[in-house]
Formats: sequence, structure tokens, C-alpha cells
Amino acid sequence: MSEAILEITKLSKNFGGVSAVSAVDLTLRKGELVGLIGPNGAGKTTLVNLVTGVFPPSSGRIVFNGEDVTGQKPYQAARRGMARTFQIVQPFPDMNVLDNVAAGALFSGSERSLAAARDAAYEHLKFVGIDPLASQQASSLTLANRKRMELAKSLAMKPTVLMLDEVNAGLNSGEIEGAMDLIREVARQGTTILIIEHLMKVMLGVSERIVVLHHGELIASGTPSEIVNDDRVIEAYLGQKFAAQARELADG
Amino acid sequence: MMTRLGYLLLAAWFVLLASLPFHAENYIVRIGIVIAMYSTLAYSWNVIGGFAGYPSFSTAAFFGIGAYIGGVAQHNGMPMGLAWALATLGVGFFAFSLGAILLRLRGHYFAIGSIVVVEVCRLLISSWRDVTGGGSGLNIPILKWQPDEVLAFFLWVMLVLFAVGFIINLLVDRTPLGFGLRCIRQNEEAAAMVGVNTSQYKLAGYVLSALLCGTAGAANASWVGYIDPSESFSIIMTLKVPVMVMLGGAGTLLGPALGAGGFVMLEEIFWSSYLNWNRALLGGVIVLLIFFLPGGLLKFSLKKVFARVTGFATSGAGR
Amino acid sequence: MDVAQILLNGIVLGAIYASLAVGFSLVWGVLNVINMLHGSFIVLGGYLAFFGWHFYGVHPLLLLPAIAATLFVFGYTIQYIFINKVVTAPVLTTLTLTFGLDMILYNLIVVYFSPTPRRVTLDLGTFEFFDVILPGDRLVGMVLAGLLTGLLLLVMKASKIGRAIVAVRMDRTAAELMGIRVNHIYAITFGIGALMAGSAGTVFAMVFPISVNLSGILLGKAFVVCVIGGLGSVSGALVGGLALGLIESFSGVFLGAEHALTVGFVLMLFLLLVKPTGLVGTKGYE
Repeated sequence: MSEAILEITKLSKNFGGVSAVSAVDLTLRKGELVGLIGPNGAGKTTLVNLVTGVFPPSSGRIVFNGEDVTGQKPYQAARRGMARTFQIVQPFPDMNVLDNVAAGALFSGSERSLAAARDAAYEHLKFVGIDPLASQQASSLTLANRKRMELAKSLAMKPTVLMLDEVNAGLNSGEIEGAMDLIREVARQGTTILIIEHLMKVMLGVSERIVVLHHGELIASGTPSEIVNDDRVIEAYLGQKFAAQARELADG
Repeated sequence: MMTRLGYLLLAAWFVLLASLPFHAENYIVRIGIVIAMYSTLAYSWNVIGGFAGYPSFSTAAFFGIGAYIGGVAQHNGMPMGLAWALATLGVGFFAFSLGAILLRLRGHYFAIGSIVVVEVCRLLISSWRDVTGGGSGLNIPILKWQPDEVLAFFLWVMLVLFAVGFIINLLVDRTPLGFGLRCIRQNEEAAAMVGVNTSQYKLAGYVLSALLCGTAGAANASWVGYIDPSESFSIIMTLKVPVMVMLGGAGTLLGPALGAGGFVMLEEIFWSSYLNWNRALLGGVIVLLIFFLPGGLLKFSLKKVFARVTGFATSGAGR
Repeated sequence: MDVAQILLNGIVLGAIYASLAVGFSLVWGVLNVINMLHGSFIVLGGYLAFFGWHFYGVHPLLLLPAIAATLFVFGYTIQYIFINKVVTAPVLTTLTLTFGLDMILYNLIVVYFSPTPRRVTLDLGTFEFFDVILPGDRLVGMVLAGLLTGLLLLVMKASKIGRAIVAVRMDRTAAELMGIRVNHIYAITFGIGALMAGSAGTVFAMVFPISVNLSGILLGKAFVVCVIGGLGSVSGALVGGLALGLIESFSGVFLGAEHALTVGFVLMLFLLLVKPTGLVGTKGYE
């Protein structure tokens, strides 16, 4: 088993007495593709927000690459190599697509000049397949292309760990397939990926390991087939009927 | 092509202003000084208000503090040039300390906070009588040259500041600082997420927006030979400078010069022709500007004007 | 001066400040617009009261409904024609627009009413209990200011219009879907803001001399009250107004009158940074 890149220990977050994430332990290993699932409001996005420093945890510890990064600021997370995409896409609306991606390359990637950042950005646009749109305004893109742009922006940051928050929300099945192919390719190149997703079907297809969050607690962790056979997961999230279908998918 | 033409026009404008003492009467040279001074203030504001999109209304605070640091120093015998340098550094330090606190606010709260700073400065300077002369003002030694030599000198001083202001904008625009500030304007959270150290960038922008205001304040004080709190910390000035930049085009490299020049000349026409109505006329200009030139003169588009006047306005970077 | 007297002065001042600020707070809270016209609205109300009383001998209290109605129509129109068009724009745009409109109104007031300080002087005697003195006009001013503020609270809580305003404030889109005409409600809100300013100006002119030169200072007071108390609620304006009245009254005595204003502003800056939602918070009118 490869070495741990991100270790989360007993991580908790309360919002005014309501506990959104409680005592979560999670370790990501180098090059892993892990799926994070759970019903709405289970604390999935909060967990990502805690890791990337959007707000500080109430308690617990986050170690990245052997360094304690608990309480870091978002820009520090980005520069250390933790990139994320948002459930609701967050572009720089009045900039063109190329500059959106160049921002990632300039401020967190390895580029030091604007011109070099734009060159690098163009390569990432090619990779996600929207290079013909480079000079368009970001706000004019379709949702699917905006998500691709977000992915390119994150990749331009040369991340060690990439957290993808509902990259597929709002996409049709053809677009989802395209997106998942891209993500698999990124994983193959060695980036550790944590992918948050609602669609069980998608997760079973790509994840090497799945963790389940429910009411802010981590209730299960294992291979896709272990997860679909886990009683607590079935009860809390999948339901008997879907679990049966899912088992077929996982096995087949 | 368009930008090259714009730069040429700016250069021509600059040369025209600089040559005023050789062919124009003193009244015109005086207007030239005011134009150069407001161009400096406008370029300064453009860094924080235009690039970073922070609605800063602290220009008059920087200008006034610069005037008082320079004025008090000169009053106590410091040579003029040294007093200006001290004013610049002092205002830079002031903006640094203030910005560290104020820039934690956003939108309306930042706007209010930055306006109130102007008032607080005015009140504090007024009550610190021993040093500042309080409400009755402070006399500053004036240059004992021929009147037209004095005018030419201050015109060129202000033009140097104008040029430096432009160069600062140019450098900001071409470096990661400007790029980061633009990111902040459009989406501050997303900017932090791609690795922009937003606090540091905003603070750098804020300090850059202050420095030359301090120099201009001190130079203006030396020119006029007298300062008082209500003239130095004027709410009208603090609102006028952003209006100038918006008139020209916020966040652009030519907009501040265009807006400041246009506004001052317009004001001059109103002052001389409609003495009782100049304030209302300026107000009218502002209202027309908001409705008919939402992106400034440089981004004039009939389509946008139509959208705004008919009420389908959904302005870009909502804040 | 003894503490009871300073306290009373502060409360009188505070009630008046609350009435000066409550309309400003409403507009800011509901429309998300900083209304730079507010100070001039107050002055306009005060001047109308003065000229009605001075030239036609009409008692300010009789004139109050007419002033309120005038200001409401005026405010409604300004919002409907101008501000509604840019109400979703960034603060720089809306603030600059209202500032431009204020320059026009200010100039009109100067030209037609002159900038001379005006005061409605009604001889109402003086009340004295133990050592504490309360001039009659101040008492009336305080009571009126309290009544006006209370009336607004009642309107917001109990009337259909008030509930619609609250609904728009909470969620513009949802209110639109429920069939509320948002532009109309915005204009009404701005009209009420102007109405409150004009009425408060009337009260103000019965207690202090009012002049168009004061419009900036009155606007400044409204800022301070809103930030201290909390934005957009009547209770916030009350708490903020009273706090500012007491602060000015006490610091005026102990630090000197010229520092009273500074202390208010500095406190406001401090609160902006540590608790931008104000002492009461931004709960709304429910």
C-alpha cells in the first residue's frame, strides 16, 4: 500500500451547536481514487471546506504530506497542492476561459509569469477538450463546459490531491461519461482524487474505495462491493431495493 | 490598434498639459494643475476601486493626511521636497495599518467604513490644535518666485505624479498583482481557492492607492500655502474621484486620465457659467453617467444603455 | 452637571437620533442601497415645517401629515424612476447614484430655501423635577420621535404592505414568485424611508435649528446609528439611536462637546470590525 498523503483525524465542525461533521477519520493514499457518498446534508461539502481551509475545524487534525495543516487558509491549501471544484461552479465570470485557467497556473501552479501561465493553461484546456473556447467569456459557457473549465483550472494548480464536489450535477449521461473518462485519466497520471457524488452508479464504476458519510459521521469505508453489502449503509442511504441493484453493478 | 491609438492620445494630452506655461494664460495653467492632480488621484483610486473592485472612499483621507504631514513639516522648517517624501511615506504607512483592519469588510460595510475614516480624520485633525492649528487652519511657507514660475513648477510636479500614477497602473496591470486583483474583483472566494493570498493582495492594492494621494496632498498644500480640515478632508472629493474613474472606465489604463480631464473641464464650465447651480449640474452629470455610461466612456455601448434605461439591468460583478 | 441630567439629555437625543435613522436603516436593509439622499430628506422635512409655520402660521403638528405624504410621494418617485433601474448593481453604482441625486436636491434646497439655519420656536415652557430640567420642546420632540418610530414598527408588523416588505427583504425571488411586485414594494420602502426622514426632520426643527449644511452630518448620524444598532430593523435603530445619544451626551460633558461626534464615529468603526451586524443583529421586522 502506498504512503498516506492526507490524514484526517477526529475532525469535527459545529455551526452554532449543530454538528455538521463529527469525529471523522479519513486517510487518502497517494494515487488513490476515493468516492465520498452520503445523503443530502450529510456534511460532505463541509468536510471538503474544512480540508481546504474555508473555515477552521472545531476540533481535530489535518495532516498533509506529513505537515500539520489544521487551520490553514484557502490560498495556503491551494498552494500546498490541494485543489477543489465547487458544487456550484465558481468562475471569474468576466474573464475569458484561458485566463480563468491561467489563474490556477499562476498562483498555485509552477508558472511565474502571466505569459507562461497562459501557455500552461492552454495545454490544460486541450486536455479537457475545450481549447476552441479559450477566448470566450467564462459566463457564456454551457454548464458542462463550465465544469470542464473548473477541472482545467484545478489541474493547472498541479494538485497532489484533487477534491471534486459533485462534478456531475446537472450533466446528462453522455456528459457524465466524458467527465468520468477525464477523471480516470487524471487519476492514472498519479493525482490523488476524492470525488463527491450523488450517483451511486457512477461511483461504483470508478472508485477504488468508497467512504460513506451520514449525519456528519463516517459510517463505512471499503471497496464498492463491501459498501453495497454494508447493513448500515443500506439502512441509512441506499435502501434495500437499490442496494440489490447496486450489488449487481458492483459485481458485474 | 485601439489601445495604441489611446496611448498616443494620452501622450499628446500629457505634452499639451506640460506645454501650457509656454502659451496659455495663468488661469488655464491653474486648470492644468487641477487636472494633473485629479488624474493622479484617479489613477491611485483605480488600483483598489478599478482593478480590485473595492468601493473605497478614502481618497480624501489620504490626500488630507498627506497635506497635513507635509504642511506641518514645512511649517516647522523642513525643506519642501523632504516634506513631500515624508508625506508619501506617512500616508503609505497609514494606509497599511488602516487597510489591515478595514479590508476585512466587504461591499457596503467597506464603503461606509472608508467614508467614515475621512470624517474621523477631519475631526481628529481639527481637535489637535497645538500641531495642526485646528479649525482655523495652518499657513505654509510659499515659494517666493514669480507667479507664473510658481504655476509652471507645480504644474510639472503634478504632471510627474500623474505620470508615476499611470506607470504604477501599467505595472499592476501587467504583473500577477493586477491579475490577482482582477480575480478578487470577480469572485473573492474563487480567487483564494486558486491560491491568491487575498488579504495581502488587497493590502498591496490599498497602499498603492494611497501613496500618491499623500504626495499630491502635500504638493497641493505647498502650492496653496494654506490648509484647513474641511478643505483637506472633503467628502465631495472622496466621492468625486471614483466618479471620475467611472466616467472614464474603471479598471482600464486610460479611463482615469480621460475621466479626470473630462470631469475637471466640465466642472470648470459649470463653475464659471452657472454659479448657483454647479452642484446640481455635477449631480446631473453623475446621474447621466450611471444611466448612460455604465462602463465609462471607454466601454460605451448603446446596447447596455438601452438595457439600463429600460430597466433590464443585471450588472456584472455583483457585490 | 449631574448624572441624571446627562442621562435624560442623552435619552432625548437618542429618541430623536433613532427617528432620524430608522428610514435610512429600512432602505439599507430591504433595498441594500446606501441612501445618500437621507440627510437632505430630513432637512427638506424640517424646512417645510418651518416655512409652513413661519409664513402661514400652521402648527408643525398639523403640517406633519402633509409633509409625510409629500416626502413619501417624492421618495416613491425617485426610487421608481431612478434607483430601481440599478438596484442590483454593486454598491459603487447605487451609492454614487444616490449621491448624484443628493447633489441636485441639496442645490435645489439652497436655491429655493436658502441655507440659513431655521428653527420652529414654540414656547412650551420647561419642566423641572428635583434638579433635572427638561424643556417642553425637547419633551414633545422625544415623544413624537418615539411615536413615529413606534408607528413604523406597527406598520411593518401588522399591515399587508409591511409584511410584503419583510417578504421581499428575506427572499426577493420567492416574493416575486408569490406575485409581489418587487419594484412597487421597493418604491414604497424608499417612500417610507423618505417619509420617516421628513417627519423626523419636522421634529428635529422643533428642537434644534436645522440647516441644509447639516445634511451631511445628519446622514453621518444615520450611518452611526445603523451600524451600532444593527441594520434594517426598528429595534436596531432604537438601540443604536439611544446608544449614540447617551454616548454623545456623556462624552460631550466629560471630553468636551467637539469630541462627542468623534467618539461616535470611532465607536462605529470599532463595531464595524468586531460585530458588523450591530448590537441587535439584522433579524428583520418579524
